[in-house]
Amino acid sequence: MLKTSENYVKKLVEENQRIDDRKFDEHRKIEIETGIIETAEGSARVKLGNTHVLVGVKMSVGEPYPDIPNEGVLIVNAELAPIASPMFEPGPPDEEAVEIARVIDRGIRESQCIEVEKLCIEPGKKVWMVNVDLHVLDHDGNLIDAGGLGAIAALLKTKIPTYDEKNDKVVYGEYEKKLPVKDVPIPVTIAKISSSLLVDPNLEEENAMDSRITIATNKHGDICAMQKGGDGYFTTEEIEKSIDLSILKGKELRKILGA
Amino acid sequence: MTKVGKPEQMIVNGKRLDGRELEQFRPINIEVGILKRAEGSAVFKFGSTYALSAVYGPRELHPKHLQDPQQAVLRCRYSMAPFSTTERVRPGRSRRGTEISMVLNEALANVLFFEDFPKTGIDVFVEILQADASTRCAGLNAASLALVDAGVPMKDFISSCSVGKVDGKIVLDLFGLEDNFGDADLAFATIGNKDKIVLMQLDGIVKKEELLQMINLAKKGCSEIYEKQKQALKEKYKTGEEDVENE
Repeated sequence: MLKTSENYVKKLVEENQRIDDRKFDEHRKIEIETGIIETAEGSARVKLGNTHVLVGVKMSVGEPYPDIPNEGVLIVNAELAPIASPMFEPGPPDEEAVEIARVIDRGIRESQCIEVEKLCIEPGKKVWMVNVDLHVLDHDGNLIDAGGLGAIAALLKTKIPTYDEKNDKVVYGEYEKKLPVKDVPIPVTIAKISSSLLVDPNLEEENAMDSRITIATNKHGDICAMQKGGDGYFTTEEIEKSIDLSILKGKELRKILGA
Repeated sequence: MTKVGKPEQMIVNGKRLDGRELEQFRPINIEVGILKRAEGSAVFKFGSTYALSAVYGPRELHPKHLQDPQQAVLRCRYSMAPFSTTERVRPGRSRRGTEISMVLNEALANVLFFEDFPKTGIDVFVEILQADASTRCAGLNAASLALVDAGVPMKDFISSCSVGKVDGKIVLDLFGLEDNFGDADLAFATIGNKDKIVLMQLDGIVKKEELLQMINLAKKGCSEIYEKQKQALKEKYKTGEEDVENE
């Protein structure tokens, strides 16, 4: 059953077409909305075509890593809840969820967009922890880009709550300042199908692809993280093309974000 | 803000802190077929990074619902020994280990003939016994050789190495200090010495030109690894004069 659809997607690509009539370098319709969850310190909803992802940022106070005692801590987690797809099952994050979270994490972390040194309360003892939780509500492919866009959109709007140092308590609902974010890393995922490169694969395309590559770029157009996925391979020429595409598309998406 | 223990300079007079040239590997050591019980095994070392791989299979896959009636299922598992780093690694599953297992699996999948072994599983275990950066690359090189040693039919093998940007310079085969305090690192693997890239994970900010330079150096590095892998296998399986005399 699945095979038929895979072959159809491949055949279309060979005829220079996509199953939803997009151009090869075209994203699906993107909708981004921020500040939708009041209990979170930052939040965003992203719709990428029929893919629907919710991202919440919770701030808490915790211990820093011993090798970087003056820096706040970023934690990204992805939840592929069974409501989002018949393929998802309840339970701890599987390898797909782990990869999504880690690729998004890397884009944010390596771009150094969060000024983590400003998140130190007491060196070596207390720093702000930035918990970014991705909740997939509807899965129609390319969760990395939807989640990555949602994560940075939510971080840009995140506020740091008041910290009551005497009682060692975070006063949620009262805010001190904005989370210091100085860059806007954008991941762009490109699928390779029948030797063609397609931006923002939907689920049917993901099922048919040989491999994919995610490239995160910062606002200067430099690359800050990259991950190849899927069973196939890329040639150097294909990678170079993908880099150019992701720099270009990253710029466009940054505009949509208004950042 | 600088991290604790970051050296002021990581490249001094054109040499790296461990005395190497920019485009030089650490000493590479390979041993094939060192475990008796496993069907195939190999050790791959980049300097003090020590990876051991063992292969079991193709063998009947359990639990049965994981079987594929059409082809074999490859299951690669990467793990780090608790004593492999300065701070003890907690045994068991980690997010990092899960992700690395997955990308190694995807890389190795390129060279196996899955259709030849329906309903079976091929288990590839990669154990890092000592870590000094580039562990997934060493692990992947070891896994390739262990698969060959197990007699699993393959189209080619996978060759892997890391490159990085340190003090603004592009360098080959990062060691721990450069991995921790460098500007960027790229784990890379190709099918043999071909322009077919099967592993690519970049951390850190680089310009497009720098990235292309890194990819080029990595490809050169992988060709070098490929030759070493072939040499090690020939060494292991050569039918020398001694054998003839023994007959």
